[in-house]
Amino acid sequence: MKWSEFFTSSIGKKFVMALTGIFLILFLIVHVGLNACIFATWFDSEDHGAMFNKAAHFMGANWVPRLLEIGLFAGILLHIFQGYALEMKNRSTRSVGYAVKLGNRGSKWYSRSMGLLGTLVFLFLIVHIAQFWVPSRITGLEETIIDGKPYHDLYRRMIEVFQQPWVVALYLVGCASLLFHLLHGFQSSFRTIGVVNKRYMSLIQATGVAFSIIVVLLFALMPISMHLGWVK
Amino acid sequence: MEHYNMNLTLKVWRQKNNKAKGGFETYKLSDISSEMSFLEMVDVLNEQLIREGQDPIAFDHDCREGICGTCSMYIDGKPHGPWHANTTCQLHMRAYKDGDTITIEPWRANAFPVIKDLMVDRTSFDRIIQAGGFISVNTGNAVDANAIPINKDDADASFAAAACIGCGACVAACKNSSAMLFVSAKVSHLALLPQGQPEHKGRALNMIAQMDKEGFGSCTNTGACEAVCPKEISLENIARLNNEYLGAGLTVNN
Repeated sequence: MKWSEFFTSSIGKKFVMALTGIFLILFLIVHVGLNACIFATWFDSEDHGAMFNKAAHFMGANWVPRLLEIGLFAGILLHIFQGYALEMKNRSTRSVGYAVKLGNRGSKWYSRSMGLLGTLVFLFLIVHIAQFWVPSRITGLEETIIDGKPYHDLYRRMIEVFQQPWVVALYLVGCASLLFHLLHGFQSSFRTIGVVNKRYMSLIQATGVAFSIIVVLLFALMPISMHLGWVK
Repeated sequence: MEHYNMNLTLKVWRQKNNKAKGGFETYKLSDISSEMSFLEMVDVLNEQLIREGQDPIAFDHDCREGICGTCSMYIDGKPHGPWHANTTCQLHMRAYKDGDTITIEPWRANAFPVIKDLMVDRTSFDRIIQAGGFISVNTGNAVDANAIPINKDDADASFAAAACIGCGACVAACKNSSAMLFVSAKVSHLALLPQGQPEHKGRALNMIAQMDKEGFGSCTNTGACEAVCPKEISLENIARLNNEYLGAGLTVNN
């Protein structure tokens, strides 16, 4: 069997989706962990975003995260293109549809809507990257002095951006889409890579639900807190 | 259980042949006994159609005791009708009440082209089995069934997978028309036993290659197949098939 045959078979394509999916899940841990540094102000009134700005600086100033960042963009693009290719192929397998649909009697609506949910997350990502990644890495940001050294003031940028109600609403839609995408995707990716063991599978399912809810709640709390002035 | 008679309206998919454009026809049926099976009810309708000089509805059926996998109707949006873990032939009219309207469609999948009315061509499943759903043994006297010790859990799991009757309800219910539950049952029941080991790599690779060639979609683990399977084949088998396929695909030496 050639590698090309392996990766273009139906299971091979799903394998790529699962591996990139798990990689993106790992990235979410890093992302939510670093961003949660904005909440440092609740525990240290002198912080004013210093911990977050330092953490964000670390992600850009070191070659290890920069290299991972390239891998991340590659992973996202692969996940998106492969996802659309599979979605189109799967949609083409039934030319004549049913008059009465099975609907929720057999599966969860979000399990059947991964393409739609993924598209919403993708559209959100375009806005999100334009709002934060582009100014931070390319076009430049205002600087702030922490411990005598200049840092990009990404914290100030967040507070400014999240003053707009439509931005907060957009982020909440993005969070909701991610939540349901993860609720299915987390456990599905492990099934796809072949986890058969019942004990591990129930562990994975429980972890998946907890992970999806905790990560998304933390993300959603960021725009809300900044908009309502809980984090200043 | 109390016996009763009912009047029904049936909306049935009629299609002359594979090339013809099909459509729904509405039929009225009266005095259907609650003790009839669903297929007997369709038999009554067909007798009525023949008396009226019309073409009877073509549908698949054979054993009518739920073990052969031939019957196939998509009834009110669910393969094999409303009951759980049940085949169409084992569905009984006590599931319905007077005045009900029942919509009957064929399995829908490009890999299962309609032959006529409610009959679809499921030979794609046969070709998948031919690609690897077997073990090679020498002919001659039957060997002692207990010659090779087999762990009870594995034997049970293998038997549960072997219960698949190949009806295609999984394909019909799947939004992707994926045949993964069927293929996974056929791979699992052999892969779980020592007798299935010598050919296990080629089996997974060849059966999936054939499945893809037949035009079935890929699995997205929604679970619709498991929910409608008359033999309750578990989704766990799909994970095992993925495991078998990836293990073989990443390690074969040619």
